[in-house]
Amino acid sequence: MSGLQLVDITKRYGAVTAVDGISLEIEDGAFVCLLGPSGCGKTTLLRMIAGLEDPSAGDISLQGARINDMPAHKRNLGMVFQSLALFPHLTIGENIAYPLKIRGNSRADCEARVRDLLDMVQLPGIENRSTAQLSGGQRQRVAIARALAVSPQLFLLDEPLSALDAKLREAMQVELRQLQQRLGITTIVVTHDQREAMSMSDKIVVMSNGKVEQMAAPIEAYKKPASPFVADFLGQANLIRVQKAESGAALSGGRVPGLSLGPRNEALISIRPEDVVIKGGGEGPLPADVVFIREMGATVEVHLDAGADRIIALAPPKRDGGLKVGARVSIDLPADACVVFDSREAV
Amino acid sequence: MRRNPPQKPADYLPIAFPAAMLALFFVVPFGIMVAISVFKRVQGGFYEPAFTLDNYARFLTPFFGEVLMFSLALAAIVSVVCLLIGVPFTYLLTRIGRRYQVLWLITLLAVLSLSEVIIGFAWSTLLSRTAGLSNFLVFLSIMDKPEAWTPGFGAVMTGLVYQAFPYTVLVLYPAFSRLDPSLMEAARTLGSSPLRAFWNVVLPIMRKTLLATFIIVFIFALGAYLLPQILGRPQHWTLSVLVTDQAIYQSNMPFAAAMAVFLVLSSLFLVGLSILVSEKKGIGTP
Repeated sequence: MSGLQLVDITKRYGAVTAVDGISLEIEDGAFVCLLGPSGCGKTTLLRMIAGLEDPSAGDISLQGARINDMPAHKRNLGMVFQSLALFPHLTIGENIAYPLKIRGNSRADCEARVRDLLDMVQLPGIENRSTAQLSGGQRQRVAIARALAVSPQLFLLDEPLSALDAKLREAMQVELRQLQQRLGITTIVVTHDQREAMSMSDKIVVMSNGKVEQMAAPIEAYKKPASPFVADFLGQANLIRVQKAESGAALSGGRVPGLSLGPRNEALISIRPEDVVIKGGGEGPLPADVVFIREMGATVEVHLDAGADRIIALAPPKRDGGLKVGARVSIDLPADACVVFDSREAV
Repeated sequence: MRRNPPQKPADYLPIAFPAAMLALFFVVPFGIMVAISVFKRVQGGFYEPAFTLDNYARFLTPFFGEVLMFSLALAAIVSVVCLLIGVPFTYLLTRIGRRYQVLWLITLLAVLSLSEVIIGFAWSTLLSRTAGLSNFLVFLSIMDKPEAWTPGFGAVMTGLVYQAFPYTVLVLYPAFSRLDPSLMEAARTLGSSPLRAFWNVVLPIMRKTLLATFIIVFIFALGAYLLPQILGRPQHWTLSVLVTDQAIYQSNMPFAAAMAVFLVLSSLFLVGLSILVSEKKGIGTP
């Protein structure tokens, strides 16, 4: 059995269950994001993998060997903390050499490896600076270099980019992904930023209330969310209550022809704003009123009232000014773009 | 908020009162003491104005040199012992739940409310042969017969450490509770056992706090006066005890003053040193 395996991992703090029976398999060399709102248990799960917390129940195995009882310092992993946790009493070079020295490498080996690592994160020649002399992005890279110093089996990152500004964060996402692909190292990132998760990872694990909602490739989770929670958390989603109707489904203000609800009489459907099609004229299966328009630059966000439902559509901007607030239009919800959930599934 | 440095004499007004108090109750008496320390003792009488350094020269006699060395060594050992117990204690204290931390701190503060006399006599009873802890050890069959542990060097140390320990913890506590726990965790994920990480991450980061604490406890123990008398033999008496002895029993006010001046100056020197240490910020910055 290769890779990282979690079986029924549970963590309880007194009466609170932070992580509730999670089972996961992460292949060697995969880049996985643990994604969820704050308090969903993602950081606790990462800390258990790192050995910084003991699971209340369940097993963690790495390459087939159970590592539950192995202390953190014997697990051979690299971790980047949210605070980065660079040692303020050491220089940059000493920080990166710390895990190498602990393992008894010679001084010359340490220095050579530090040079390689600083080249790798594109910060050559800063060995002798202090941590206080670096910018946020540089500190970030140093923390990554230190975590990768001993070529760990697992690379764990806890909200690694949250302290950076938006532009730098985007750049670091690309860099981190390229680095991971070059080294082929199994990487697990905890984040609450769905854009970050979508753009970096091979697989995302969407978590809520200590449970896994869905584990899938990002685009798959986006297109085929496993629950209304996932649909809502990943990007924007219109979640609409519908009833079974002849040859399709019925909304409060119209119909979606051709949408099968299966055996259900009532259902919740999810459709992405970019899949909603707006047509001119008030005739059609689903007439709606434009109530609000928001120019987003590359797209226009249109808020529509169709009966009692508020539907948001994203459309390319029209040169002639396009839609106006108060206009009566007809909208089309393509059946193949709708995902159907049981109506009792709450968001 | 950044304040402008004082410009007019009136800007100094807020500190006029404290400055006056300090002058009246510290600078003036200290000046009198410095003056007396160079006065000449009159045998069988008191002292008369003069300028002589004979009183200071007496430090160089073997007896006073020994007492001086003993006082300094005692203060140093008390500081080291307090740090050896206090550092692990405070570190572990900051890792437990908030409620227990408060409970411990209140208990330690309660020790501060005890008078030195009570601490001295309590320990002299606890370490005595007739009613002391050794009786308990005899009861547990660890010892054959009760022993007197006081007066003695161990008793002086016990008393002083007991008295200085709450100060040690209170000085260490703020720095340790501000220490980012992820530093320790990072060291662990990088391959350091918890003990090793404490040694090569926590202690180096805390070195200024440790030095400041050492100096504060050192000054505190240097002024020890009552406990060495209650719990020690004459050879365990500190400079402070000798000051009293010279001033009150030997009526040698000039020599007592010289010793007191020396004590104040060495304390001021150490306070200055601790200020210098705490002002150097930004590790490694040029």
